[in-house]
Amino acid sequence: MLEAINLSCVRGTRRLFQGLNFSATPGELIELRGENGSGKTSLLRILSGLAEPAEGEVRWQGKKIRSLGEEYSGAVAYLAHQNGVKDELTAIENLRIASGIAGNTLSKPEAQAILEQVGLSRQQNLPVRFLSAGQRRRVALARLLTSKATLWILDEVLTSLDDSAIKLSGRFIGDHLANGGIAIVATHQELNFAADRVQRINLSQ
Amino acid sequence: MFGWLVWRDLILAWRRRADVLATLFFFVIVVSLFPLGIGPERETLKTIAPGVVWVAALLASMLSLGRMFGNDYQDGTLEQLLLTPQSTYLIVLGKTLAHWLVSELPLVMIAPVLGLQFGLSENSLVIIVLSLLVGTPVLSLVGSIGAALTLGLRAANVLVALLVLPLYIPVLIFGTGAVQASVNGTSPQAWLLLLAATVVLSLVFAPWATSAALKISVE
Repeated sequence: MLEAINLSCVRGTRRLFQGLNFSATPGELIELRGENGSGKTSLLRILSGLAEPAEGEVRWQGKKIRSLGEEYSGAVAYLAHQNGVKDELTAIENLRIASGIAGNTLSKPEAQAILEQVGLSRQQNLPVRFLSAGQRRRVALARLLTSKATLWILDEVLTSLDDSAIKLSGRFIGDHLANGGIAIVATHQELNFAADRVQRINLSQ
Repeated sequence: MFGWLVWRDLILAWRRRADVLATLFFFVIVVSLFPLGIGPERETLKTIAPGVVWVAALLASMLSLGRMFGNDYQDGTLEQLLLTPQSTYLIVLGKTLAHWLVSELPLVMIAPVLGLQFGLSENSLVIIVLSLLVGTPVLSLVGSIGAALTLGLRAANVLVALLVLPLYIPVLIFGTGAVQASVNGTSPQAWLLLLAATVVLSLVFAPWATSAALKISVE
């Protein structure tokens, strides 16, 4: 279970949000909304453990994420604005190396199967720099699928995806939730994900 | 996991080998300019050789520091690395090792050829290679701190030089000391041991400092 307790975030001299409390249990989707600059990305970075909140704390299974350290990193997959894939590597290499570094070795057929799921089986041996923006986003989605994380933190996951890829990512997130995962999604678009429990947080209010 | 990380950086370096070669050629050219500028006086050349080779190695390794974390920072893979369930110390150590293999080891290998231009004896050439072999890991390790601190800043390259070059001074003194000793016909052993001590010291502290700096830079 993820708990955010009395979080506040300050950027420069501006207070983006304060006194933010929420919690998420397995199978729950949190939809994060807010205008540009309302602090969605900052909140996601705090939840992923990359940034520190100005006040408050984040707890995972009842313990502060700071004290959990690498144990928490293993439970989190963060998909940022940037795809976090290397342009010089092929899609397969990207997946295999990313999982290898995370400590779960991924065989070549496994990587191919996942790329097929995201519709990139024909582009799997091309360096990622030759792919379109949407296709790169699909590689990033594939990386998400290879992670064994319980908590998915997704920042504008649908950016530059086409209709079929949007449906696809909705299905992936639905599956993840059905398997007892938690997803936190910042978005401007309508999400029509198959989620039983959805919690909406609006940072603009 | 460590192997995957080093492997990744080696592949990336291979696919962008022009960057690596540029650093190597910089080293070759800087070292070669001195005999051309100073003239063929054997004694003078022999005296300046250790200093020239070592200073050129410091400058060349400076040039490659920006690449150490810069590319990963820009495409978001650095964040992903920091979010893997591995200690940041190990990640930094892996990246530093890859940096040494890619950017420093070629300098070490080519140094004896360059030393020939200064009329150094065989024995001194061996000591040049040995001192660079022991000393250059410190350049990668200490340099990683500067590279991490200046991530995402404008004029990062100049700042890295200002931050890191003063920290390279002990390595420069010990490294040139070793070569100088062998040119003068005395034993370079003490200097090499001092160099080895700086390697151990920086191996313990530098990755730790770099991890802290990376966390600040990414935030």
